Amino acid sequence: MGMTMTQKILAAHAGLDKVEAGQLIEADLDLVLGNDITSPVAIKEMDKMKVDGVFDKDKIALVPDHFVPNKDIKSAEHCKCVREFAYRNQITNYFEVGQMGIEHALLPEKGLTVAGDVIIGADSHTCTYGALGAFSTGVGSTDMAAGMATGKAWFKVPGAIKFQLTGSLPEWVSGKDLILHIIGMIGVDGALYKSMEFVGEGVKSLSMDDRFTIANMAIEAGAKNGIFPVDELAKAYMDEHSTKQYTVYEADDDAVYDEVYTIDLNTLRPTIAFPHLPENTKTIDEITEDIKIDQVVIGSCTNGRIDDLRCAAKVLKDKKVAPGIRCIIIPATQAIYLQAMEEGLLKTFIEAGAVVSTPTCGPCLGGYMGILAAGERCVATTNRNFVGRMGHVDSEIYLASPAVAAASAVAGKISCPCRL
Amino acid sequence: MENAKGIVFKYGDNVDTDVIIPARYLNSSDPAELATHCMEDIDKDFVKKVKKGDIMVATKNFGCGSSREHAPIAIKASGISCVIADTFARIFYRNAINIGLPIIECADAANEIEAGDEVEVDFDSGKIYDLTKGTEYQGQAFPPFMQKIIDAEGLVNYINAK
Repeated sequence: MGMTMTQKILAAHAGLDKVEAGQLIEADLDLVLGNDITSPVAIKEMDKMKVDGVFDKDKIALVPDHFVPNKDIKSAEHCKCVREFAYRNQITNYFEVGQMGIEHALLPEKGLTVAGDVIIGADSHTCTYGALGAFSTGVGSTDMAAGMATGKAWFKVPGAIKFQLTGSLPEWVSGKDLILHIIGMIGVDGALYKSMEFVGEGVKSLSMDDRFTIANMAIEAGAKNGIFPVDELAKAYMDEHSTKQYTVYEADDDAVYDEVYTIDLNTLRPTIAFPHLPENTKTIDEITEDIKIDQVVIGSCTNGRIDDLRCAAKVLKDKKVAPGIRCIIIPATQAIYLQAMEEGLLKTFIEAGAVVSTPTCGPCLGGYMGILAAGERCVATTNRNFVGRMGHVDSEIYLASPAVAAASAVAGKISCPCRL
Repeated sequence: MENAKGIVFKYGDNVDTDVIIPARYLNSSDPAELATHCMEDIDKDFVKKVKKGDIMVATKNFGCGSSREHAPIAIKASGISCVIADTFARIFYRNAINIGLPIIECADAANEIEAGDEVEVDFDSGKIYDLTKGTEYQGQAFPPFMQKIIDAEGLVNYINAK
């Protein structure tokens, strides 16, 4: 009986030749991540541990990104706690405002996450790095504390679901539409405790940014991780961004999968998740009524990368955001922000009547920078549309791709570029 | 481990960590303060009614979404002695074990127990008793490794003891 990609990575990090689904193992960690919300709790827990300091100052990443630049006094205190911990422990990869970005866009860009790594992060979207062929998964603050102290974490080896992709994405259809389609198909607990492995010749047509988006939302199907094979595109990305040595693991031919789905990318359509679960999906063709909106958010760890901004700019070029609509665009990192400026994307956004913010998770989790009032509707490229996620419990979030979000900003209602 | 016994607060599928503790309160990490906002976006009366020892019961995928450990911390600090669910989202499951909030998986109990029932949970046997209805259920026992973390009342103590 063979192993999946994920199982091979876990076996190698547990010092075992072989693991199987359900087995409990202890694995060595290549990177432990925390942000300004989860790290203070982890630091408090680590203080209770009988350890001298962190296991490896180079293998910890601390990224204040959720409520920064500090939104209020309490957030400032949290950030101060993280900053002081980072200095005290000489953490190499602490990213201050000015260097920081949204953690899951920032770490791959900084070359800290590569193929074959085992990565835990006290943030559920840590699964993003599976796009590069790493095993990465979200944990809580206590696991983060234990990881920082010992360099190890316990895992139950997951089974897997295989998504065999064929064909290529049509115009105005992106990785976001694919992952929303999948979540709509299998449900928000469809991959509970499991890996989602995305394979097949269709992977070739997906850009790295598409792959990050897809792996990022594996958690929205309940998955432990999402993972892609390491092809030439992934290698080129790592060669460009990282000096770390990477290891490529491939699934065995006789690896065991709990389920296999084949998806023809050519058949996908722009897909939107209706309130209040990411599984409530409809394609743009299934939306026949006018759904008027109040706000659009383009950004987040899911869709704040350069491809996403280029797509939004292509839609917004020489157009205007509809009267009464607030369109908020958030480049995910400083590098993406700078590149968007150099490519003239920011000019396009501002001329269209959108606002452009410094990198922050802000509105995605209802923190700040775009909170919704009762009865308001938002089309967002973010990852969750739970009750009250972006503000008032009586507000609504529609999850969509950057193309759909930008087109909706222009139309003042849910739309897509092909309808403008 | 001592039995849990209390009155049930009942919820449905996919209770996410954003409703357990909304992000607008995550500028605090104080358990007592978090507890004052626990569940408020789906059940405004929860914090007013909950008494020490009470039990939370929900159906599928409890604790999905954000990895915030503030969610099990808020539930524990509100006085809840045990959460029973058909299934738990995996990060919540880890977090609950790591901070010492007792949880137990049991589909029949999760589906049949109703709000207001008095329920007792025997952690040693995994048995769940609905004292109001007079019914009994067998919950999923923890693997020995996780039981050790629970017995140590959380991962920090477990690591310190090692």
